[in-house]
Amino acid sequence: MPINYYIFLSIALFCIGVAGVLTRRNAIIIFMCIELMLNAVNLLLVAFSKMHQHALAVTNPNAGIDGQLFVFFIMVVAAAEVSVGLAIIVMMYRNTHSIDVNFLNRLKH
Amino acid sequence: MHITQILFWSLSILALLSAILVVVSKNPVHSVLWLILVFFAISGHYILLNAQFLAIVNLIVYAGAIMVLFLFVFMLMNLNADTEPQKNKWLKIAGVIAGGSLLLVMVAALKNADMKNQLAEMNTGSIGLIHNLGMVLFTDYVIPFEISSVLFLSAMVGVVVIGKKD
Repeated sequence: MPINYYIFLSIALFCIGVAGVLTRRNAIIIFMCIELMLNAVNLLLVAFSKMHQHALAVTNPNAGIDGQLFVFFIMVVAAAEVSVGLAIIVMMYRNTHSIDVNFLNRLKH
Repeated sequence: MHITQILFWSLSILALLSAILVVVSKNPVHSVLWLILVFFAISGHYILLNAQFLAIVNLIVYAGAIMVLFLFVFMLMNLNADTEPQKNKWLKIAGVIAGGSLLLVMVAALKNADMKNQLAEMNTGSIGLIHNLGMVLFTDYVIPFEISSVLFLSAMVGVVVIGKKD
């Protein structure tokens, strides 16, 4: 597959995530849209890791493996981020009985 | 049309449609289920690119663990479609226009890039197999791996501290 199909697919998924963050007010849905954006980036990293493999495989059989390890580390960090973020959202729900992000503007004053 | 091309297009359409349904569905539980479908489609893409370890990890960690955590939180809070506060209609339209403009700008910037000969190799290569990834992970990337274990420990302690009732 030409690489630009993967680029356009990832851009489309990322922009759907951006539009979701901007249009929803439910904090957990905003969180899920951020996960969607992370996955679009992961897909593009894996596609790029397979791009120059044919030419570079003669000298270095592991060419492009760094991209896949980056994806692995992104997944690790995303798992930690989700656990902390959901704990914060649960605490917010316990205090305000709502998960509307507009409630959080009371942090201003 | 080759079988991998058919699979590529069907998985792409599945991923895009489910991603749109994540954003537009009113019931939050339905959003979680559509997001799981997106993750399955992306795992299918990983398998097509012969990144089998990442496909399995994506299914286990994202679709298996993270999404179940989201479902638990939704069910604990007992949310449904009519409890969600709705944004102003104009703000929604502005958000969609902003996302669409980002898409337009990026597609217009990359439309004429000369990438016709850059192929993502499908169904070949062995860098995605668990043996090669493990060898590199435990030799070149052993320090980030250990640091991520410290990150997990601190996240675990942080969640317990935040979530404790006082």
